[in-house]
Amino acid sequence: MSPDAAPILEVSGVVKRFGGFHALDGLSFHVSPGEILGLVGPNGSGKTTAINVISGLYAPDAGSVSFAQTQVGGMASHKLVHLGINRTFQVPKPFMSLTVKQNVEVARTYGGATDKSPPMADLLEEYRLADVANRPASDLTNAQQKMLDLVRALATQPKLLLLDELAAGLNPTELDWIAGRIKALAQGGLAIIVVEHLMGFIEQITDRVIVMNAGKEIFEGTLAVAVKVPQVIEVFLGGEHAA
Amino acid sequence: MPDTVRHYLFIAVPLLVVLAVAPSVYNNHLLLFNFVIFFILAQGVNIIYGFTGYLPFGYVGFFGAGAYGFAIMVMHLNAPAPLAVLVGGAVAVVLGLILTPLLRLSGAYFSIANLAAALAVLHLIANPALEQITKGPYGVALNGTFNPTMAYAGGILILALTLGIVVYLKNSSFGLALQAVREDSFSASMSGVSVVRMRTIAWRASALVAGLAGGVFAWYVSVFYPDNVFSADFSIFAIVFALFGGVATISGPLIGVIILYGIYNLIGFTTPQYFQLIYGLLIMALVLFLPAGLVSLATRRGWNVP
Repeated sequence: MSPDAAPILEVSGVVKRFGGFHALDGLSFHVSPGEILGLVGPNGSGKTTAINVISGLYAPDAGSVSFAQTQVGGMASHKLVHLGINRTFQVPKPFMSLTVKQNVEVARTYGGATDKSPPMADLLEEYRLADVANRPASDLTNAQQKMLDLVRALATQPKLLLLDELAAGLNPTELDWIAGRIKALAQGGLAIIVVEHLMGFIEQITDRVIVMNAGKEIFEGTLAVAVKVPQVIEVFLGGEHAA
Repeated sequence: MPDTVRHYLFIAVPLLVVLAVAPSVYNNHLLLFNFVIFFILAQGVNIIYGFTGYLPFGYVGFFGAGAYGFAIMVMHLNAPAPLAVLVGGAVAVVLGLILTPLLRLSGAYFSIANLAAALAVLHLIANPALEQITKGPYGVALNGTFNPTMAYAGGILILALTLGIVVYLKNSSFGLALQAVREDSFSASMSGVSVVRMRTIAWRASALVAGLAGGVFAWYVSVFYPDNVFSADFSIFAIVFALFGGVATISGPLIGVIILYGIYNLIGFTTPQYFQLIYGLLIMALVLFLPAGLVSLATRRGWNVP
């Protein structure tokens, strides 16, 4: 990662309310091409909401989201996909009755794949789905469905990839392997935001983390520094550990 | 041979040919015509339910709107029947446009709202205050255009169009994207698919074929009341036939119509006293044992059913 690279995504002062609850309460951060940013925080701190706002599922109630110098807050998801934003889901959401190949085919056809896009066979091979290419997605294991989600996202050639708990439920061997894949994607120039509870995994792959609590960022920097900051310790472990 | 061509050659063309020659060897012309109508309506349900997941309980609204579109063109403008049939299709598409906001609803809410919409259209047309335009509840008599032979031919043309749409959906990336929307609309939009656009196109295509079927039905029967062409039986039969065969396939709804409408008429002729009992049991058996339709007997074994 080059620290000087101009950010591709800038989130500033984003507010998202559900009734009276402020899921996001003035969240600001940025991420640059080639960088892997970790989004960590206790349950309910707004990590997934942040991903949902950036990927167009929710429109922000206030603040701005700018992607490659374009204001994208509240834009329809399929348009964001065409601009170069994509994501995976905490609970994988493939098209269950369609085959693995058909799943990827939809994303290639409608997500703006070009001649330069990686061929489908390569993508399936790379993410260990080649053997099940002609099976319906409903036949896949949870880990395979997660990979299919990722391949679906990659087939649209994103510039920014949001990974919502991709690692949860993978075994240690799979974790090492997927960590390698994610790093390789970042080296190819992709900006990646990782939401994850597994701190070892975050440590292994991220360049920088944002620690969130109650809908806003309370720390930005490396994970190694974060774990020494009293405020961070307090939200994760409770006040008595912070002293 | 590409799948599209095979599907036309081995499913659509044989069916159309059989239906075209059937009147010369079988003399119950009305029964054959009803088969054509139900082939169209079952495939129309297939387009909207099979490919997008919206179950239209008020599907007959489009059919009735098409029938009255035909009747008004003939009564007030003396339009030739084929033109009036096309207008019937157009009227249904306009009704589909007006009802587009229903697509914001999902599951049973959509089905109920659609049913209510069909009833609203029925009572608008059957309103005595509109007698000058629609003849209200007193029904229409269109003696001038009565021509069952031509109407039957028109029905076959409309069936050909409908089959063309379904074969296209089954084999195109557009149809694949529709199915993706049906499976998970947010994942579909994250694949770059414009979900709203896809749904409205399928909705209008489905409305179009039902409207054309309504128009050609009006042409064929020439005398009818609002309650006839807005009868809930049309919606229910079309849905049951499509589901019985298996939706999101080309052959499923056709098989459903052949078997169920065939049995329906067979029991109706031979043992009418047991009719509703046998028919009801058959449908219950279907829901219990084959919820994904007859074609699932094959797809379960990994066979691909066109």
